[in-house]
Amino acid sequence: MKKEFKVIADLLPKNVRVLDVGCGDGSLMNHLIKEKNIEARGLELKKENVTKCIYKGLPVIEGNAETELHQFPNQSFDFVILSQTLQAFYNPEKVLKDLLRIGKSVIISIPNFGYWKVRTSLLFFGKMPVTKTLPNSWYNTPNLHMCTIKDLFHFCTEKNIEIKRAIGINEDKTSEIKKNNLEIKNFFSKLGIFLIG
Amino acid sequence: MNYKTENIKTINVSQPLKLDCGQTIKNFPLAYETYGKLNESKDNAILIFHALTGDQFVSGINPVTKKEGWWVTAVGPGKAIDTNKYFVICANVIGGCMGSWGPKEIDEKTNQPYGLNFPVITIRDMVKAQDALLNHLGIKKLLCATGGSMGGMQSLEFCTIFPNKTFSAIPIACSTSHSAQNIALNELARQAIMADPVWDKGKYLIKNVQPKNGLAVARMVGHISYLSEKGMQEKFGRKLQEKADYEFSFDADFQVESYLRHQGSAFVERFDANSILYITRAMDYFDLSKHFKGGLLEAFKNQKTKFLVISFSSDWLYTTKENKDIVIALNASGADVSFSEIKTDKGHDSFLLNEPEFLKTLKGFIDSMHIKFKNEKRI
Repeated sequence: MKKEFKVIADLLPKNVRVLDVGCGDGSLMNHLIKEKNIEARGLELKKENVTKCIYKGLPVIEGNAETELHQFPNQSFDFVILSQTLQAFYNPEKVLKDLLRIGKSVIISIPNFGYWKVRTSLLFFGKMPVTKTLPNSWYNTPNLHMCTIKDLFHFCTEKNIEIKRAIGINEDKTSEIKKNNLEIKNFFSKLGIFLIG
Repeated sequence: MNYKTENIKTINVSQPLKLDCGQTIKNFPLAYETYGKLNESKDNAILIFHALTGDQFVSGINPVTKKEGWWVTAVGPGKAIDTNKYFVICANVIGGCMGSWGPKEIDEKTNQPYGLNFPVITIRDMVKAQDALLNHLGIKKLLCATGGSMGGMQSLEFCTIFPNKTFSAIPIACSTSHSAQNIALNELARQAIMADPVWDKGKYLIKNVQPKNGLAVARMVGHISYLSEKGMQEKFGRKLQEKADYEFSFDADFQVESYLRHQGSAFVERFDANSILYITRAMDYFDLSKHFKGGLLEAFKNQKTKFLVISFSSDWLYTTKENKDIVIALNASGADVSFSEIKTDKGHDSFLLNEPEFLKTLKGFIDSMHIKFKNEKRI
C-alpha cells in the first residue's frame, strides 16, 4: 500500500464509520475494513473502479462527488476521506463544505504545488511542472485548482476550520506540519494530509 | 394459455395469509421452479423474483412455452448467476397465470374461474406468499434476493418484511413506488384489455376465450416502454416490412409496427388478460414507505442486508434517478449499499439482455457476497 494510505489509516481509530470519496479500486477501504474493523463506504466516478470494488465485495456507489454528495445525511460518518481529488473539482470550497457536513472529521490529501521541484520547474524551465504526483501535462490535467500546503493551511484558518493534524509526506518520510514550520514543510513535502473538522 | 400442469411444481400454502385488501386466504397453490442444488450449509440459495409478464421458468427451456427461460442470459450453468454453484429459486407470483393462485384459477364457491372475484393483491402480498416456499425448501436465510423491474420491487419489499432472511439483495431497474407515468402506462394497458368486448367484465374464461385484441395492445404498450427512443430508432428506424414502398393501407408497413404486432400476438398465447389487470394494479399500488410511517428511512431502518442497486442509463420506465433514490434512502438509514449504472441504449429491457457490464457486475457482487456469507455463517 502506498505511504499516503498508511498515513491516512494511522489517523483513523478502530471501529469507526468512514466514507472514502473517490475510493478508486477500493484498496484503502479494503485495508481499513480488514485491519481496523472500519465500516467503510466508497463513492467512485470511474465505472472500471466501481466494478473492481464490487468484485471485492466493497460497498461502493457510482457517482460524482461534485454533484452527488447531497445524498449523504449530515454527520452520518465519523470520517470522510478525500485523497488527492480536491484540486480536480470545479468548486472545491463547496465540496469541502459538504464533506465537513457529512463527516464529523475530514481527511484530505493534496499534491503540494509548493513542493520545491514544482517551484523550480516553473522558475528555471518556465514550464508547467510534471512530476510523480502531478503526472499530467497542462492540457490534459484533471487538476483545475492546484494549491499548496500553505494555501490549504491558510484556507482552513480563514474559514475557521480546525486543523487537528497536518502531515507532510516526502517519499517515505512523514513529518508534522505546524504553524511555525509551515514554510519549510511547504517547500519539502510532495503531499500534504490534513485532518480537519 | 392451456398447459399441462404436470410440468409445474406447486406447493399448497396452508397457512393463512392476510392480504393488504383485508381478505385472508389459505390453502392456495404457489407454483415454483428451482435450478442447481442447495448445498449442505445452505448458504447458496438465491431467490429470484419475476417481472410483470414473467414466470417461474427463469432458465433452461420453459416446459410450457417451449421457449428459453426469461433470464437465461443471467442464470444457468456458468452464467453470472451460476447454477453449478448456486441454488436458484423462482416462484410464480400470486395473481399470475403459471400455476400459482390467480384470477384464472377455479373459485370453489362458484366452481368457475375467479375473474374479477379475485381479490386485488399487492407486491407485499406476492412477497409474503413466497415465504412459505422458503420454509418448504428448508431455507432460513438466502444468499441473495434479486429481480428486475417488478422483481426488483419484490426484492426491496422482501428485505423490509423479512429484514433477516437474506444476506444480500440486488434490486434491478426498479423504484420504491410507481410514478405517475408508470401508473398511466399501466392504465393504458388495462383500458386496452377492458375495452375489448370479449373481456366481458373479466368473465371470458367461462366461455373459454381470451380478449386477444385488447391483451395484444396492452403488450404493445409495454414493449414500447421497455425500449429506448435511441434503441428503437437504431433497430427499426423507418424501415419497411418486406416491401419496397408504402402500401397506402393500415397494414404493418413499418418494421416497428410488425414487431409490435408480433409481440402482441405471441403474448396472448401465454398470458391471461385478467392477470395483467391484477399484476399491473399491484405495481401501481406499490409504495415501499406506505407501511412505515416514517417513510423510506423507517422502512430501511436497521437493515443488515447488503444491497446492490443497478440501473440502466436509457431506462425511462424506472430511471437512474428513481434507482438512485433507493440508494439515497438506504444510505440515509446507514445500510450497506452499492450502486452501478450500466450505460446502454437498450432501455428497461436491458436487464433481460446480454449486457456484458451488467452481467459482470451481477456476478462480481454475488460471488463476493457468497464468500462473505460463508464467513458470517462460520462465525
